[in-house]
Amino acid sequence: MRIRTALTAAAASAAAVVTLAMPVPASAAGPDMVLVPAGQQQPFFVTRGSPASASSEDGRSPSIEVPAFLMDRTPVTRRQFAEFVREQAEWRRSQMTPVLADPHYLEDWASDLGAGKSVPADAPVTRVSWFAASAYCQWKGKELPTVDQWERAAAGGGKDAAATRDKILRWYSRPGTEPLRAVGREAPNAYGLHDLHGLIWEWTLDFNSTLVSTENRDSGAKDDPLFCGSGSQGAADPGDYATFMRYALRNSLKASYTTGTLGFRCAKEMERP
Amino acid sequence: MTGHRREVLMWIVALTLSFFATATAAPDQNVEEPIQGEERAVLTDPPTVPPPITRKHATKVIVRLEVTEVEKSLADGVRYTFWTFGGKVPGKFIRIREGDLVEFHLDNHPNNKMPHNIDLHAVTGPGGGAASSLSAPGHSSVFSFKALNPGLYVYHCATAPVAMHVANGMYGLILVEPRDGLPKVDREYYVMQGDFYTKGANGQAGLQPFSMVKAIDERPDYVVFNGAVGAVAGDNALQAKVGETVRLYFGVGGPNLTSSFHVIGEIFDRVWAEGNMALVTKDVQTTLVPAGGAAIVDFKVEVPGTYILVDHSLTRAFNKGALGMLKVTGAENKLVYSGKISDEVYLPEGTRIRMGEAPPGIAPPAKTKKELLERGKGVYAANCAACHQANGQGIPKAFPPLVRSDYLNADKVRAIRTVTGGLQGPISVNGEKYNGVMPAWTLSDEDVAAVLSYVYSSWGNSGKEVSAKDVKTHRVKGSSAKVSE
Repeated sequence: MRIRTALTAAAASAAAVVTLAMPVPASAAGPDMVLVPAGQQQPFFVTRGSPASASSEDGRSPSIEVPAFLMDRTPVTRRQFAEFVREQAEWRRSQMTPVLADPHYLEDWASDLGAGKSVPADAPVTRVSWFAASAYCQWKGKELPTVDQWERAAAGGGKDAAATRDKILRWYSRPGTEPLRAVGREAPNAYGLHDLHGLIWEWTLDFNSTLVSTENRDSGAKDDPLFCGSGSQGAADPGDYATFMRYALRNSLKASYTTGTLGFRCAKEMERP
Repeated sequence: MTGHRREVLMWIVALTLSFFATATAAPDQNVEEPIQGEERAVLTDPPTVPPPITRKHATKVIVRLEVTEVEKSLADGVRYTFWTFGGKVPGKFIRIREGDLVEFHLDNHPNNKMPHNIDLHAVTGPGGGAASSLSAPGHSSVFSFKALNPGLYVYHCATAPVAMHVANGMYGLILVEPRDGLPKVDREYYVMQGDFYTKGANGQAGLQPFSMVKAIDERPDYVVFNGAVGAVAGDNALQAKVGETVRLYFGVGGPNLTSSFHVIGEIFDRVWAEGNMALVTKDVQTTLVPAGGAAIVDFKVEVPGTYILVDHSLTRAFNKGALGMLKVTGAENKLVYSGKISDEVYLPEGTRIRMGEAPPGIAPPAKTKKELLERGKGVYAANCAACHQANGQGIPKAFPPLVRSDYLNADKVRAIRTVTGGLQGPISVNGEKYNGVMPAWTLSDEDVAAVLSYVYSSWGNSGKEVSAKDVKTHRVKGSSAKVSE
């Protein structure tokens, strides 16, 4: 009976099951990271000439293969980022150059070395640039997740899609001035990942590679096979406002930008057998 | 515009509208017009409008518009996080002159969650500025444009998903004044209509998230003027004095609905439909304003009172909030409008008799007094309570009370004749005078007996019992009414 319960619990966590099933180096997965298994991901924007659009012409659902990868269970916290800047002095606020981060970089921190006590140390770090987020992940031997990885992880295997959308729209309906809560306090998704929605935005490695045109209704951009998908025409689901907003946010960013609700987590590709 | 078309238009304008015609220049002339000097635009929150432009040359105008995401009231007890151009819905009113060169700064406040941009319909260029103004939270974009066409234009956010940004309140108006300005008026106001989609139904309290499903289905819970139910009503009503000419700059942000804009009790003396400066229409009752469009309406107020601004698609006004007020104070003008002169009872031919309704499910004659009273209660509720009220109290000065009624208790036969034959003219009940009309009721003997017995045994009355036989004996006969077949 006890064993059966344990097995059921394991089955409930796709990550755990897949971790057992896949030939993963033992060192890769740990308490901080979970495995997102390889699978098909339907891209939100289908660009003409891309492998996804080719497959859709065959009448199959457009999708791309995302290899298995590991991802941080939660966004990087202020405490974790403080450890980083203590060791890597060039990423301290006082050392920052405008090329690598805008003037808002860590501006809500009490000091150069810590966020202070006004916010929980386990709240996600925000007001970090893409450069700083990337540097942190590299320091950890990881990297930022790609858009495809992030979106695959966030889709949670398609479970609770409607509830997830509602959660996202609820988050948008609250003003950005609310203090951030600690990470990991809400139930994880099907892969065991926390806070992909409803707490902060997250940097991705290739955040500006999918161009939603800055002009949302622009269909003229469809002339360009690379930069299609500007208006709703190229979108997989024009009714998915939540995802539109993520792409719009990513598209408004430059690598040096920081905002009060933009943080990150790290990922790691699996070693190919 | 071709030269020929322009000539024809000028001719029409000269002939029919010369009095109100406004001088405008061709876009090419506005491209050429040299820029002299520089100024910072005066921006105003609704319903205020910046002062008219008096300068006679084009200038460089600097506009700084800050985007903020703010939680505010949408209706009584209903909160909503609005995305705004300047802190309110609609956004700041921008007023420039044709030929002006506008240096536009869009500032996205660092506390915001969303990227935003702006598309001004007054801009000639791709995206109306949208492509040049996308700004992440904590960032600011600058672009410039030359105002080539005069008119009243909508501006709005155009960031994906554009409909949601607009549904959250991201719209406003920019007036590009013609070279010689608009005719002078006494008061100018700024009103915009928008539709809102909330997770909860209309009136559901608390902080309401945006409903994507309702937005896509175009089923708004709220249709409001200036961003909230009552934003232009009560203490916030627009004000004017008798004899003044009022101008409304009216726009529709949408995202989805058009507006049949109407002011109850006024006729628009002049309308610049669709914000078009070349043609003025006169004497308009209702002007249709498209989503993403605007109109200017002028009217002189001759009579004091409250004038209601509505979207004449009336359930929006009645049930969803599309209602504003203009309060006009000053002296009456009985010649223009008399007010109510008299109120008399009107009984059209053949309608003096009412067909009574017996309560459903009680067909057989009552066997006991209890059954009789029970039946009478039903007859009362169906036929009498509307005027005499469920508790028999009546309505002062209109419908006499049946509570401890001296009139009723004095004469049972009169009561039967009143119900079956109706009553009109002055009577006195419990010392109060009434001068009204009660129609005759076509009820069965059994029902009249039941309802009268019920009334007599209720509310401190005499407790008399009225039988069907009494009714048969005393009822008013020979009336033209027949019980409906």
